[in-house]
Amino acid sequence: MSYKIVTSQCTVCGACEFECPNAAISLKNDLYVINAKKCTECEGQFDVPQCAAVCPVPKTCIPA
Amino acid sequence: MAGQLIGLQDFADSGAETMREALSGGCSSSQCGSSDKPDSMPEEIWAKIKDHPCYSEEAHHYFARMHVAVAPACNIQCNYCNRKYDCANESRPGVVSEKLTPDQAQRKVITVANEVPQLSVLGIAGPGDACYDWKKTRETFGLISADIPDIKLCLSTNGLALPDHVDEIASMNIDHVTITINMVDPEIGVQIYPWIFYKNRRWTGLDASKILHERQMLGLEMLTERGILTKINSVMIPGVNDTHLLEVNRVVKEKGAFLHNIMPLISDPAHGTHYGLTGQRGPTPAELKALQDQLEGGAKLMRHCRQCRADAVGLLGEDRGQEFTLDQLAENVAYDPSRRVNYQTLVAEMRGEHEAAKRAASESLVDVQQAPSALVAIATKGGGRINQHFGHATEFQIYEISTHGIKFVGHRKTEQYCKGGWGEDATLDGVIAALEGVSAVLCGKIGDCPKESLAAAGIVATDDYALEWIEEGIGHWYEQVNGQQEQRQSA
Repeated sequence: MSYKIVTSQCTVCGACEFECPNAAISLKNDLYVINAKKCTECEGQFDVPQCAAVCPVPKTCIPA
Repeated sequence: MAGQLIGLQDFADSGAETMREALSGGCSSSQCGSSDKPDSMPEEIWAKIKDHPCYSEEAHHYFARMHVAVAPACNIQCNYCNRKYDCANESRPGVVSEKLTPDQAQRKVITVANEVPQLSVLGIAGPGDACYDWKKTRETFGLISADIPDIKLCLSTNGLALPDHVDEIASMNIDHVTITINMVDPEIGVQIYPWIFYKNRRWTGLDASKILHERQMLGLEMLTERGILTKINSVMIPGVNDTHLLEVNRVVKEKGAFLHNIMPLISDPAHGTHYGLTGQRGPTPAELKALQDQLEGGAKLMRHCRQCRADAVGLLGEDRGQEFTLDQLAENVAYDPSRRVNYQTLVAEMRGEHEAAKRAASESLVDVQQAPSALVAIATKGGGRINQHFGHATEFQIYEISTHGIKFVGHRKTEQYCKGGWGEDATLDGVIAALEGVSAVLCGKIGDCPKESLAAAGIVATDDYALEWIEEGIGHWYEQVNGQQEQRQSA
């Protein structure tokens, strides 16, 4: 159970990184990636996955 | 030396004497005294704005700003913005070529401060939102103000996260905050903002615009209470908020905004913005000016905005960002204040002379009776003088002159006519189109060929007033033109 970032569409703005309550998102080689082991899809924390809610590009933070 | 056309940007490697020559264009008098502040303005406000090119039209002839793109994250979506678009040749807000970490920004600002003596202001304008991406904004300002204590700090924001950081903004001596406010009626906001991210969820429709509006008003009030100067940017979107901006102007003035800046919507399908893709047009220069003229008497208007990039460097009309990209910065840099200090001393002298020339030009208008008002385009490289070759201009500053006075009313961007020694006829047509409504072009130098083409289009172009102060030259031109007519009439 995890989200992933479609890197070809990502603008590397970093909003998802600091909204993520689990510190699951980090910059690797200038691209943001989601660590599937840490991602909870925000279940039990928020109504919606925070990365997907803040991402400015449609369909870029999506279920893996 | 009086015949030389030296722009302020030309003396990066020069000493104080060359700076003086460049600024004076002939006179290097040091008895002119310090610059006068406008009579109506309190001393402490004048001290804050007199060297800020965005807050003072007069300062924009002398001082430069730079933006560092350390804040890429944003918490709202606007229909005029597409964050994916990124092009070095494109000049508009929200666009950058490279994002910087706070450490990289520190190196860049020090490098620029050592090479560009006009630098007076460091701004963070995204490319996302400086208040939402607050940790990076705060760290950057902290690092740089430790190295360059006299640099003015300013930031721009959409206002949504602003109220959370006003106290820190005040404690960090950030003197200037720009809020983009496009509406004070959420019903209109619905057409501008598809969504916002607030309190851990995405809001759309009327809810989004209501929240954004309330936060913008709260942020503005909090800044006003703390004596922080605010500039309100409004994007003029024909058919959406153009007439509504009168109401925006009234409300922000009431809440203490210092300056109101109406910017034309930039809309192009190639930018991939919602407005670009749906064919929403921007206003014409005439529509923009008509709205600005209607707003005279409300909150003080800014008319010299160039809608610069989130990584712009230099005087407002120029962008030297490409000279200071990351790969061109040294690993270790140390700030050397000498060039900026020399420059500031010289500007203090020159401004007194400029002010005196402006006053003299206004006073001499009394002698011109019953002349129509006219728009005059100026080619300038900065320093407040008519000092740029016609063919080198990428923009013209537009002044309106009437028997009541001379005032700056805006600028027109054009393509550079002269390219390495020859002029392009196709470009000249573009320049003539951009100068619609203008009666005369005053420049540092112009060849016979473009002069004749402009004359055929009904525009007088002349270098007779080269190196004069802008207002002085315009006044002389006006007197000459209208004086001749009077003589002809009386003959």
